[in-house]
Formats: sequence, structure tokens, C-alpha cells
Amino acid sequence: MFTLFGIGFAAPWLLLALAALPILWILLRAVPPAPIRRRFPGVALLLGLEDDETQTDKTPWWLLLLRMLAVAAMIIGFAGPVLNPQDQRAGDGDLLVLMDGTWADARDWTRRVERVDALLDEAIRNGRRVAIVQLTDLPPDGELPFQAADAWGNRLASFAPRPFLPDQEALAAWPEQWNADGFDVFWLSDGLDWTGREDLLAALEGYGEVTVFENPRALVGLRPAEFEDGDVVVRATRSRTAGATEMQLVARGLDPNGVERQLTAADLVFAEGEAEASVALNLPPELRNRITRFELAGIRSAGAVTMTDDALRRREVALVSGRDDREGLELLSPTHYLEQALEPTADLIGGDMQDILLANPDVIVLADVAKVSEAEVEPLLEWLDAGGMLLRFAGAKLAASDVSRAEEDPLMPVRLRAGGRTIGGAMSWGEPKALRGFSETSPFYGLAIPEDVRVTSQVMAQPDPTLAERVIASLADGTPLVTRKRVGQGQVVLFHVTANAEWSTLPLSGLFVQMLERLAVSTRPAQPTAEDLEGTVWVPDAVLDGFGVVRDAGALPGVAGEDLATGRPNAAMPPGLYTGEDRRIAVNVIGAETELVATAWPASIPVEGLAVLRETALKGWLLAAALALLAVDVLASLWLGGRLRRVGSSALGGVLALALLPTLSEAQSADDLALLATAEVVLAHVITGDQRVDDVAFAGLRGLSDTLWQRTSIEPANPLSVNLETDELAFFPFLYWPVTTEQPVPSDLAYAKLNRYLRGGGMILFDTRDADIARFGQASPNGRKLQQLARPLDIPALEPLPEDHVLTRTFYLLQDFPGRHNSRDVWVEAAPPDAELVEGMPFRNLNDNVTPVVIGGNDWAAAWATDETGRVMFPVGRGFAGERQRELANRFGVNLMMHVLTGNYKSDQVHVPALLDRLGN
Amino acid sequence: MTAHGALRQRAEALAGPLPDLLAEAEHLAQAVMLGAHGRRRAGMGDEFWQYRPARAGDPVRAIDWRRSAKSDAHFVREKEWQAAQAVLVWVDEAQSMNFASDKNLPTKADRARLLAMAISVLLIRGGERVALVSLGTPPRSSQLQLLRIAQALSDETEAADYGAPVIRIMPPHSRAVFVSDFLGDLAAFEEQLTRAADRGVKGVLYQVLDPQEEAFPFDGRTIFQSVGGTLEHETLKAGDLRARYLERLAERKARLQDLARAVDWQYTCHHTGGSAQSALLWLYGAIERRR
Repeated sequence: MFTLFGIGFAAPWLLLALAALPILWILLRAVPPAPIRRRFPGVALLLGLEDDETQTDKTPWWLLLLRMLAVAAMIIGFAGPVLNPQDQRAGDGDLLVLMDGTWADARDWTRRVERVDALLDEAIRNGRRVAIVQLTDLPPDGELPFQAADAWGNRLASFAPRPFLPDQEALAAWPEQWNADGFDVFWLSDGLDWTGREDLLAALEGYGEVTVFENPRALVGLRPAEFEDGDVVVRATRSRTAGATEMQLVARGLDPNGVERQLTAADLVFAEGEAEASVALNLPPELRNRITRFELAGIRSAGAVTMTDDALRRREVALVSGRDDREGLELLSPTHYLEQALEPTADLIGGDMQDILLANPDVIVLADVAKVSEAEVEPLLEWLDAGGMLLRFAGAKLAASDVSRAEEDPLMPVRLRAGGRTIGGAMSWGEPKALRGFSETSPFYGLAIPEDVRVTSQVMAQPDPTLAERVIASLADGTPLVTRKRVGQGQVVLFHVTANAEWSTLPLSGLFVQMLERLAVSTRPAQPTAEDLEGTVWVPDAVLDGFGVVRDAGALPGVAGEDLATGRPNAAMPPGLYTGEDRRIAVNVIGAETELVATAWPASIPVEGLAVLRETALKGWLLAAALALLAVDVLASLWLGGRLRRVGSSALGGVLALALLPTLSEAQSADDLALLATAEVVLAHVITGDQRVDDVAFAGLRGLSDTLWQRTSIEPANPLSVNLETDELAFFPFLYWPVTTEQPVPSDLAYAKLNRYLRGGGMILFDTRDADIARFGQASPNGRKLQQLARPLDIPALEPLPEDHVLTRTFYLLQDFPGRHNSRDVWVEAAPPDAELVEGMPFRNLNDNVTPVVIGGNDWAAAWATDETGRVMFPVGRGFAGERQRELANRFGVNLMMHVLTGNYKSDQVHVPALLDRLGN
Repeated sequence: MTAHGALRQRAEALAGPLPDLLAEAEHLAQAVMLGAHGRRRAGMGDEFWQYRPARAGDPVRAIDWRRSAKSDAHFVREKEWQAAQAVLVWVDEAQSMNFASDKNLPTKADRARLLAMAISVLLIRGGERVALVSLGTPPRSSQLQLLRIAQALSDETEAADYGAPVIRIMPPHSRAVFVSDFLGDLAAFEEQLTRAADRGVKGVLYQVLDPQEEAFPFDGRTIFQSVGGTLEHETLKAGDLRARYLERLAERKARLQDLARAVDWQYTCHHTGGSAQSALLWLYGAIERRR
């Protein structure tokens, strides 16, 4: 292929035509644009006028240039130019394309697929058979699947990187299964030197030529996060140490709303020559406990993600003690030893029960608290159901109370006998008791019991059929020391002794701390040993794919604890979070000790980069450019000839205007509405679609606005019409909604908006405008429509406006609420049933909210309506009585707006006598 | 409905809202033609004006015996002096008038005919006598004459590119209305105006132009052709000619104005883009020449 400036030409001889361009120039230059013939009576006046210049009969140079460019583009285009012409890769015979397919491939997977695609293209051209094999997903029979190259094109998309390294054993056995004569190998390496790679290379070299493609950039992986000195330390490692790099570490987890989001971020800096980088995050416990994984921002790979498990979580423990702390007697405090034991490993919170439950701690410790108040039992049980752990300690109070005596208290694991017992005291026969060894079913099984632990007092469990299974620790004489009961997903544990050293020496011993650990009250050591995990089965909760995306584990089978202990993910155990009985363990692609070692290929193996230089045929572009230039030439010629003047400009302007107008006006309208509605108080009505009704509603609000301006300190701006579907409602304190039978029912979205509006303190005045012919209810078409409209709305129970409602006295004292019609049927939110009239008070004591709706049919807008000049638009009633009615209608409007804007402060006046009374004293 | 019927109907519609046109009659000693114009003085006419005591020299035949019998003196019955105006209307029928720059605009010929017809309707309703020059008949004052005018105005005739009035009958001291675009040779008009001035004919030069002829909104290489196709002018940059064209047009208008002023005629220029009603009002005022 003939190549010029890196551009190859399929038909280079066509370029000779470029030589003809100068001739074309001269030809075109000689021919002026064709004239227009025009009928024009005024020609008589033109006779004898000469043109100023004679130059203009030549085509202007820029037009010539335009045409030249167009022709040149066409000539070059037809010559078939190709950018980055590729020389063919020679070779025939079978071809094996190996992809490592590990997590390290994921960061540039698309480039790899492209590379393979390019190799396939070549193979198609050369008619070679191809087999593509992913090393992390070897073909089940071990055979090399050689096929025609074009058969692989569609299947390429089904390859995906796996979040683990190739299985060494399978890989070692693989070359023995081949049944092929000889083939060339293209190996797309992930750049990591894992065991087995050299053996495979040796095997491959026996069959043919091996070419390696590799991304020379360093691989970065994230080690599991650890807990050190109160900080979360995250380490990253990389395969090549050259160069300083800065990366962003992102911690992700659920926010309080249950939405996964970035919780915090930090910079991770690799120094020049260093393979490790670390960053310490000092996070508030609440935030830290929410973190589910760390990621390196911008790298799509399972190696750049590390999931966190319980090892990172510091459990929140709430301590509640029943006794008032005695000043200065710190060591007697019921929670002192607990605090000492838990401080290093858990976050302690205090406060009253309500606050504690809000914080949703992992454990609540009740140290000698006998009674939990009625109101707290329910939320406490809910919290238990959801997995909480209630740890109770006995004490004098518990022993003295009758909690869980006759029947089992839901917050106690067992029933208690009255009084408890004291052993080994001055007045008793027995010796203080030691502990009996823990049974196999006990969570404490295996803990060594110090000799000096003695129990002198305890509360006694009532013998029950269920008692035996609930005892997890007992004294040497078999009386229960620790009992446990499961409640939902949570549990209630009772230590039958006090949490301080009053009843036993248990809190003084190391056993106490270990017991707390075993009960998962405090954090345990980070990584369990294989022995710990032996015989257990762990169920995957969430797993990572090769790209580092967290996926639901679905129905993946459980994993044996021994496998989990190796910490090395494989096909059966993808990295992820595994849940066991009472804790969770994360399996990450990169462990705490994993080294990322870059590959070192023998010098005999050619190593290429991944970059694909695609051939780009420029023909289409050049021809398109030529066409565009010719189109410009058409316009320019028309313009020169004076034919573009009217049609062109107006059409062009029209097109531009059409393109720009909607976006502009839309953007403007939303902002304008917000500004209009919020700059001042604005009354608004709902657009019903009936032009007449809308106009009256608007005029009515205008009249009401004027009235308010004149009489009160409310100074509203001009009212607005609101489209429920498109406009934001939150700006308006008040919506007038005239009901017509024809208006469309708002969409669900609009209803959601309306409900939000009502809950947010907005008020809607529904007006059926038919009080002259119908009473409130189903009787009229408008009434039925109103019920249809209001059904999805979040409207509380209603009642006819009571005589002492605050609406009757927010500004004027009113008992009638006429509009254009004079009906007494006005409905507002019902008063709470327990509102009672206090003796000697004019009003009931109603300190509730502003009523969210007022419903009536008096056609208030028509009574309020004024035109622009302030004249009333509709007659009301007859004569003076009518004017009186209009006045009352206006007063109702004023009262209503006062109610909307000031709430029920007038109601508060019922308290005035009491306040005065108190001030007087 | 025939074409002239339609033209007449449109013209009547246009003339409808105007009061009857009373052409101002100058004092013409010899104006003897009786018409419906009372001169507010005694003279020849049909309508009773006044009784006056007979004076010496009054012919006996002039004495109104019935009135005289009511008293002792003799009375003469005088009638109101009435005079009718003769108005000649010339509408340019040249091809240059058949031009409209926009399909929404009427051609100049259309507008000229409409105005001519409307003014004829007004004049005849007012009792004047009207003649269309192309008819070649003397001025008459009848509904039939209106029909004839309408017929003549609607006739399509083969005509020259640019027109000039050829007036055979020109009653002395009559009025004349020339409606044209005045784009042709002005010498012919000059000659006619001189003739008219000699005969004491007063009148109106009414120029009708298309908006495009005023604006000359052309550009680029253009060959301009007259409507009839007899004249042609080629230019390579029409835009450059605009200023000079407009200058020439203004010159021509000034010339017409001067010409009109010299013979005590009136001149105005009307554009087809403007309203026909206001054009007719002006024409009405010009012919009536109320003082």
C-alpha cells in the first residue's frame, strides 16, 4: 500500500487528479455566477446606470477556494486513504489465544478484548483456526477448542475476568490433555507472576511460537483493612515500584437511609521505589461501623476492593445502670468493670433508654436494672428481634423486685426465685462457689477457668423445662450462673451475679473479659485460625466479581471453614463476605501478606503492549467533508447571487429560534416561578383547565390579595396559577382549588407532590362552587368530582367547622363563611376527640395544626373577584344585604389567610388567663 | 358575476362610507351645464331658491303670478344656480402597471382601477359627470356611465410597456385625475398637462408604486426586465445600484411635483402596500378641494 504521512492509499494513482486543480481554478474563475432575471417596472429608471466595478464578474477567491477544497477532498477520498495502515501479521496454522482472566485483567479488560478482537481479525484474514482459553476458566475437558476464527467474534463478549488466580493444580495438569500438533500462542498476560506460569510457558514453547501481550503499568491491590490504635489502617501494594503515585481510597457503605454511598475518602501515596502505601483513617465509630468495603477510586478490579468484616467493626455497647452513681465510689459502680473490660475493644455509649435505642447499639447492658418502663419494652423487643443483644446483670435491685417471678419476663432469659441466695458469707454454711467447666454447647467452651473466681451471691433461676438449654455457664453446684434466651435474631443474656465485684470475683478476672468476647460483646481477634473454623460452614452474603463489583451471593453454596481459613479465593469460594453463626468473615483477593510480583518473561519471548492501532478508513469522512463543502458552496453561491435574502434568512432564523426557544423558555419558567412565588407572599390557585373558572379563581385571589393588602399586614404579590403536574407547590402557603366536573384527575406524581405539600403545612381550599343548588357531599356532580379528586390525598378526618374553630377569630370574629353563595357547610380537619371545653373558657383547648384542607361550596373566588382596576366582577346577593355578604366573604378570606400564615396562635389565647395568673404570683 | 360587476361592487363597497362627493366648483362664468350642485345663489337650476320683488327689466314671464297674487307687489321666483363638474379619469393601462412584488399585494393596475372606479362612483353619486378617457365619450352622469366605466376598466387590452395619456375630449374647466406609475416618458404627461392648463382643467396626478419599486431590495448579478419585456438592464451588483436608483426615483417624483405645481394640479404618491381607503380619501379631498 502506498503510504504518505502515515496515511495509506488504496488507489494512489487517483491522486494525480490533484494536478488538475489549478486548471479547474482558472475555469471556475472565468465563469461568473448565473444572473437572476427579474421583472421590474422600475427598470426604466435603471437604464444607463453602469456598475462601479468590473471585478465582480469573477467568482470571489474564497468561493473558489471552497470549491477547490471540495474537489480535492473528493479526489483524495476516492483514492481510498487509510489512517494507521496495518501491516499484516504473517503466520498460518492454528493459533491459541490465552487470556489470564484474573482480577488483575479487569482494569483494562476492554482493551484486552479489543486486542483479541484485532488478533481475530488478522486470523480471519489469514484463514487460521483459533482457540481462545481463559486460564481462570479452563475448558472442562482440557481440550483446546480450535475453531474457525470468525466463530469466536460473538463469543468474545462472554469472557469476563474472575476475581481469583488460576488454579495451580488444574493448570499443571492441563498441558497433558492437549491433543494438537502445533500452534502459535498469543498470551495476554495479566502482568502478575503467579505460580505455574513458567511451567505453562515451557509447555507452550514446545508447540510453537509464543507472543506475550502485557500492560506495562503497575498493578495495584488493596490489602484488608486493619484496626490499629483506634485507627483503621488500609494498606495497598503494587507490582512495580518505579514512580510515585497518588491514588484515592474510598470507603463505601450504607448511609442511615440504607443507600450505599461513599462514606469517606483519603489519599493513598506510593513513594518512589516503595511497593507499599498505607493510610490511617480516624473515623467516628458510627461511620466506621457502616463501612462495608474500601476501594481504590477509578480502578475496576477486584484487587482494588477489600471488603471489611466484623474484625473492623467496633461494637457499640450501651451501658445502663439502675443505681444512681454514688459519688466517689467508682469501684462500686455497677458498670465500672464492664467499662474497663470493654473500653479497649468497643465503643461505649450511655444515656437513657430512648436515646440509646435511637443509636441502635449492638449490645445493651442492663446492670442491675429491674424494671424496664412500659413504653420502652416494645422498642426494646423490636431491637432484640432485629439482632440486638441484651446483657443483664443481677444485683440487689433485681433480687428484690418481682421481675420474672410468676411468669417469664420477655426481657429475662429465665424465671427467678425470690430473693436469691448468699453463699459463704458470715451468716451462711457454705463456701463461696467456684465455676464449673463450660459444656460443649456453651459459647464459653474452651475457656480456662481461673481458680480464684468465687461467687458469693447470686439470683436463682426457677427450675423450668427450658432452663437446661438456656444455661451456658453454671457454678460448681450446678446452679446457673449465666443464662441465655434467643429472641428473634437477638438474645437476652443474664449474668446471675453483679457486674461489679460485690457478689463475685468474676469481674476481677481475665475470664470476664474473655466471656464478654465470646458473647460478641467486644471485638475478637482479626483473623480466626483454621482450627477455629474447622467443621463450620459459611454462607456467602455478598461476593465480588472480577471487576470489583459487589453482587448478591444468591444461591451460592456454603463454604467449609477450612477453605475459608486459607483466605485464598478460588472458583468455589469467590471473594466476598461469608456469614457464619454469629459473625462474618471477609475473603479478599489480596490477603495481608500477598505480594504482587510483576512477571519476568524470558528474553526469547516477544512482549508487546495492549494498544491496538486500528486502521481507520478516511474515505467516508473525506467524501462527507466534500459534500459539506459543496453544501456550503450552494449557500454561498445563493447568497452571492442575492437569492438567499428573504427565504434563507427567515428560514435559518426560524430554525435557530425553534432549536433554542423551548430550552430557554423552560429553564426560565421554572426559575421565574420560584422567584415570583418566593419573593413575596403569593396566593395561588390550581389550573382546572376550564378557562372561565380559572379566570374567576385568578380574579378572586387578586381581589383577596388586595383586601389583605388594605386591611392586614399581609401584603401579597399578584396571585399565580399553578399547574399541579409541572409546577413546584412548596412555594405557596395556600392553594385555591375550584372543582369542575371536567378537570382531569392529577397524575400519581402530582398527588405525591400534593401530599408532600399538605404534610409540609400547605393548605388547600376546595370549592365546589355549587352551594346554591346542592349541599355538601355526593349530591352534586362537583361534589362527586371532589371526592374523586381528594381520594388519593392525605386528608385527615373532617368535621363541619365548629363554632369555636380558630378560623372564626383569626382576624375578624365570624360565624358565617359566605362566598357568592351562603351555605354553612364548610368542613375542616376534625378536632381531636379528647378536646374538651374547660369550664369558664369560651373555646376548647385546641392546640393542633393548621387544618390542611377547607372544603366548601360557596364559590368564594367569585365573591372576592375584582378586575385589574379593583372593581368587583360579580354581583353578590341583592342590594345592601348582598354587599354585606360580600364583605363577610372578604372577611372569611382574611381569616383564612391569617390562619394559613399565622397558624393557630389565636387558639393559644386560651392560655392567657393561666399565664397572667402565673405572672401575677 | 362578471369581472366588471365584481370591480364595481368592490368599488361601491369602498365608496360606501364616504359622504357624497361635492366637487368644488370654481367660479366659471361659462359653466352652464346644469347639475345637482346648488351654488347657494340664484341662477339657472331646477330647485326653488327664493322669491324676490320684481325689478325693472325683469321679463314678465319671470313673474310668479301665484305668489304675486297674494300681495300687492310682483314677485319673481328665482331658482338655485346649479352647476355640475365634469371629471375626466385616466388610468394607465400600460403593462408596467401589471406588477406586484408580492403575492399578497395587489398589482399597481388593480389598485389604480379600484381607485378610479371608487372615485367615479363617488362623483356620480354626487351628481358630477364623469368620463373615462379610454372610453372616449364625453362626461356623463348616470348609473349607466358607471357601468360603462366599470366595463372599460375591466377590459384587458394589449398595451405598451409604459403608458401616456391621450385625451381627445377635454371639456374646458373640467377636472382630471391621472392615475399611473409615471415611470414612462414624462414628456407625454407634460404635453397633456400643458394642454389641460390651457383649457383651465385642474386635476390630480396620482402615482401608484409598488413597495419594491421604492425599496429596490436587490443584490447580486441581475437582469432587470420591464413587464412587457421590451426593456432590459443587466447588472453584476444590483446592490450597488440601489442608491442611484432611489436618487432617480426621487428626482422623478420631484419632477412630477414641480409639474403639478406649475399648472396648479395636485400630486401624490401611493404605494400598493398602503390602504386603498386612505388613498381614496386623499383623492376625494383633492378633487373636492374644500377651503
